[in-house]
Amino acid sequence: MRTNLLKRLTAALAMGVFALGIGGGVAVAKTDLLVYTSIEADELAKFKNAFEKDYPDINIKWVRDSTGIMGAKLLAEKDNPRADIVYGMAATVLLQLIPYNYFQAYAPKGVEKLNPLYVDPKNNPPLWVGQRAYVAAVCYNTIEGKKANLPIPKTWKDLTKPVYKGHVIMPNPGSSGTAYLDVSSWIQMWGEEGAFKFMDALHKNISRYTHSGSKPCKLAAAGEIPIGVSFAYRVVKSKAAGAPLVLITPEEGLGWEVEAMAIVRNTKNLAAARALADWTISRKSMELHAPGYAEVALPGIPNPVKDFPDVGGKMIKNDFAWAGANKARIVKKWTARYDAKSEPRKKK
Amino acid sequence: METDTSAAAGEARPPYLKVENVTKKFGDFTAIKDICLEVFESEFVCFLGPSGCGKTTLLRAIAGLDIQTHGRIEQAGRDISNLPPTERDFGIVFQSYALFPNLTVFKNVAYGLENRKTAKADIAARVDELLQLVGMPDQGPKYPAQLSGGQQQRVALARALATSPGLLLLDEPLSALDAKVRVRLRHEIKELQRKLGVTTIMVTHDQEEALTMADRIVVMNEGVIDQVGTPLEIYRRPASPFVADFIGAMNFLSAVAGGDGTVRIDGVGLSAIECVCVQDEGTAVTLCLRPEDIVTRGVESGAPNAFEATVADLEFLGSFYRASLTAKGVENTRFQADFSVNLVRDLGIEAGKTLTVAFPADRIRVFADS
Amino acid sequence: MTDGPQAVVIEAPLVKPKVGRENWVMRAGLAVIGVYLLVAVVFPLYTILSKSFQDSRGLFVGLDNYAEYFATPALFYSINNSLTVSVISMVITVGLAFGYAYGLTRSCIPGKGVFKAIALIPILAPSLLPAISLRYLFGAQGMIKGLLMGETIYGPIGIVIGEVFWTFPHALLIIFTALSLSDARLYEAAEALGASKLRTFFTVTLPGAKYGLISACFVVFTLVITDFGVPKVIGGGYNVLAVDIYKQVVGQRNFQMGAVVGLVLLAPALLAFVADRMIQGKQVALLSARAVPYEPKPDRRFDLAMLAFCGTVAFVIIGILAVAQFAALVKFWPYNLSLVLDSYQFDLMDGGSWGAFWNSLKMAAWTAVIGTAVIFTGAYLVEKSKGFEHGRGLIQLMCMIPLAVPGIVLGLAYIFFFNAVGNPLGFIYHTLIILVLCTITHFYTVSHLTAATALKQMDAEFEAVSSSLKVPFYKTFVRVTVPVCIPAILDISIYLFVNAMTTVSAVIFLYSADTQLASVAVLNMDDAGDTAPAAAMGMMIVYTSATVRLLHFLLTRGIARRTQAWRKR
Repeated sequence: MRTNLLKRLTAALAMGVFALGIGGGVAVAKTDLLVYTSIEADELAKFKNAFEKDYPDINIKWVRDSTGIMGAKLLAEKDNPRADIVYGMAATVLLQLIPYNYFQAYAPKGVEKLNPLYVDPKNNPPLWVGQRAYVAAVCYNTIEGKKANLPIPKTWKDLTKPVYKGHVIMPNPGSSGTAYLDVSSWIQMWGEEGAFKFMDALHKNISRYTHSGSKPCKLAAAGEIPIGVSFAYRVVKSKAAGAPLVLITPEEGLGWEVEAMAIVRNTKNLAAARALADWTISRKSMELHAPGYAEVALPGIPNPVKDFPDVGGKMIKNDFAWAGANKARIVKKWTARYDAKSEPRKKK
Repeated sequence: METDTSAAAGEARPPYLKVENVTKKFGDFTAIKDICLEVFESEFVCFLGPSGCGKTTLLRAIAGLDIQTHGRIEQAGRDISNLPPTERDFGIVFQSYALFPNLTVFKNVAYGLENRKTAKADIAARVDELLQLVGMPDQGPKYPAQLSGGQQQRVALARALATSPGLLLLDEPLSALDAKVRVRLRHEIKELQRKLGVTTIMVTHDQEEALTMADRIVVMNEGVIDQVGTPLEIYRRPASPFVADFIGAMNFLSAVAGGDGTVRIDGVGLSAIECVCVQDEGTAVTLCLRPEDIVTRGVESGAPNAFEATVADLEFLGSFYRASLTAKGVENTRFQADFSVNLVRDLGIEAGKTLTVAFPADRIRVFADS
Repeated sequence: MTDGPQAVVIEAPLVKPKVGRENWVMRAGLAVIGVYLLVAVVFPLYTILSKSFQDSRGLFVGLDNYAEYFATPALFYSINNSLTVSVISMVITVGLAFGYAYGLTRSCIPGKGVFKAIALIPILAPSLLPAISLRYLFGAQGMIKGLLMGETIYGPIGIVIGEVFWTFPHALLIIFTALSLSDARLYEAAEALGASKLRTFFTVTLPGAKYGLISACFVVFTLVITDFGVPKVIGGGYNVLAVDIYKQVVGQRNFQMGAVVGLVLLAPALLAFVADRMIQGKQVALLSARAVPYEPKPDRRFDLAMLAFCGTVAFVIIGILAVAQFAALVKFWPYNLSLVLDSYQFDLMDGGSWGAFWNSLKMAAWTAVIGTAVIFTGAYLVEKSKGFEHGRGLIQLMCMIPLAVPGIVLGLAYIFFFNAVGNPLGFIYHTLIILVLCTITHFYTVSHLTAATALKQMDAEFEAVSSSLKVPFYKTFVRVTVPVCIPAILDISIYLFVNAMTTVSAVIFLYSADTQLASVAVLNMDDAGDTAPAAAMGMMIVYTSATVRLLHFLLTRGIARRTQAWRKR
């Protein structure tokens, strides 16, 4: 008994000294896993707690910011990547980083069970694996909408009706990935000419363009505008906080984006990064991914959010490669046409 | 250059400070040009001149604060030409006093001593001695802001003397003070200098200060030395029109040289004992004469250098009158003469009155016009 | 060379000043500061600005990016818009600040200390706070949106109001100093000559404060034109240059174009800076005159008018903050106005935590301590050392650059430079050190100018006297210069502290898992739609900075009592 206790004490002491030696109060055995992500911050604790319960020797360290900021940071670090794994990041951002040899291929355990749309189609084993999809959506503020006598729109084309003039806000594709999601989906549905014709008409109704993709529905939630073009998760969240919003998924079809993960090429914590990837596509984790999102990578997991519309059928066949390749050109065209909204209209 | 007594007396001993061909340029601008000067031990020398004449530049070169571009400086037989100030041996006092505002008077004076690892008791004794010397005993615990300007300058002086430097440099030390304080302090500084025997150079633009304090004055103009001499020499026999003009009041009259030691001002013929240069006949010259040297009491018409002049204006200046006069029949020649109060009363001098005045030949200076 | 043969006179040999031990110390000091500025300012900026001449793969393409950029018609809107809001904000801010400072210096209104304290509050607030307040006041559901008469707040109006609020304290400080320095003797002369109050104002007051006013104009102009925070959150679709950078860099991850806009933005800011320097140079002479401070005499009607003016401005400042505090407490604006404290549970909120708050506090404290030491010592060496003219000029220029660099450009520059493979300083990346370094750099210029001004006011001959006493300059620096400059040193440290608490644009790219910051949390919480917690955290920053300011005030007074006894007669 006594010797046992003594042994334990010595061990504990040694561990303590060792912990001090490496310069922190962090327990020795734990691996710090640096994860860059754009997942909404309120979900981070949920994922971290669940994962660390299953892998007690790994400690997730999040660096979270908006897709734009994280994307810029990732790209700026391309010569000397710092993250171990990029997680819950828009797939378009990952696609932009792949040419710089940013990631290493890995097929997480169970990847074969995933919906093939969510797995890197170009590489095997895949460079990236999708976690879930978020869809474009429209939100409608019932109180403000009623005040202005606005009918609830059902389709994208509805939004071009004169009755909505000055009552719609959408993000600017020049600064927001969500907005580009909308624009590229319209082009994929209606062709470039048809889509721009639609946007010409929509532009007449737009009150202003915002820089952040989540802002339109935040503004709608705060009664600043009756109708916002944004994505679904935001609407669900604002509703839960008490906003008088209705979530609308236009009938023509919805643009969508995959939130995906990819292991960084020079990670020093490969085992831990792979463990996170494996865990992420497990059923348990996929269930955590589901609330508020259109679809998760693992088929057969329903969205637990009440009255969340069934959007599966509306998701368009999204060609990410095309969208990425044409982004610069389309944004430039869009900017030239619409990006001077508050300017007094000048004839050239 | 004039012969001067100090220099003559100093021939026996080598100069304490020797400035040889010193030139200082700031970019393209030459502040002082080829200056040569010797200062002897225990001497009080003033650099005098208008602002911008280079006197401060010369002082700062001697101190090593702005080292000269060319030339050599030697102090006590040691070549100090290129040494930084810390390796030279001088104490300095500035117009702004430059007292450390956050240190007490005591600490200010002790500042240089403390750095020499002098024992505390010795420092205290030395500071007390110095404060006593500058007439400020018991002021040690005060801060500079609690002192008057004159007191602050005394402290600055004590601080500069604390380390017993071989050379004391004073850069316009009195300029920031009130007139009365200035007069009192200049006597005190002179007194102190005499008592301690410290070789001293003072920069000033105030001729009165230079005349009352200096053993020798160095008059500077536009980067060069115009004249070096005792105050009396400088005053009596200015070496150039500039020196004549800069020191004291002076009448400048246009004249023509007669070639034989005489000059003529519009028909009035005058003889002058000293012509600075031999003047060829007909050369345009300027005649200089101090107002106080013009005499009228007891001057008969026909006496040497005498002529009739009319009082145009009479200005009362307290201890004397300054009269503006015009030579009779020569309207455009105006000059000033100082008459004592007695004289004005005795002779009943008033505006409009005609007097017989004389320009004493030994007081007239003549310079060729350039 | 121009005066021909005379110039060929054989010159005496040049005197080569001996370099003493002290000189070596001074040169080493200058070298250290020079290297510091190269590492903290020049190298990082070079890494990003050189990208404006490269394509996305890093190949040199000359001016192609510029050609492409200048071919975009939207650019001219942005330039036009940037200049418009900058000039309007400048005129309004400087006008208001002048009136306010005039009231504080030329009238006998009560509570001047309080008025001055209130006027400085906006410096303590993250720029998002006034934006939130403006939405609550003038937005579609705004409390007093009627005042805009149908115009929208999301555009130039909002930008101008936000910028005026934010830049007001900067302008006030400069103008207040300028007016405080006026010479009472001039006023006495004007009065003796029977000049009317109005005439005195135009002939004495305005000319006296001229340089301060012009300087304030330039500072406000530069601050506004390089700021992207206010236009981004309240500007709607009104494009300005600083937001263009944001769109290129964050929206499209096009660093090349971002660098192009960054350089374009540098131009007006540099121009303003050069003009300001020229005028500042003239002001020094004005300051050195021995002036008698002006003491205002009571004048009931004038004092009442000034009280009304200052009161109104102070009310607006307080009002905007009060609305932000209200926003932090309201449950769900505008549909559920009950007041709750939920918003302060930052650990439950998106993007923020109390940890971030403590990190901010730590970062701000280090920034204040290290920044003040580096900046003041640097300013001392530049101002008071001898020789080395070119080197000192270069250092001075390097000190000025940060003012004209938008934070977002600086932040990315730090990634490119410090995260580069093989940079021996790479270890500071993702630590608190890089945040501190970046923040010091971001706010270097104004701090340097404050230090330089204080040092210029010191007697120029302290160093000469101490060298004559054979005391090395560094001892005099410690024993005299630092104690005499304590008020300025404390001012610099508090300036660095409050700005470190609120800064976002540069550090947003540099924080890591262990070094999240409160100011970034404010932005992220607002981004996530949690306006109330964002406002709550924002107000926490305000209260913290205000508390530190108060402590600073008490400290200054305490120090003044003990060590600055010499200031009083």
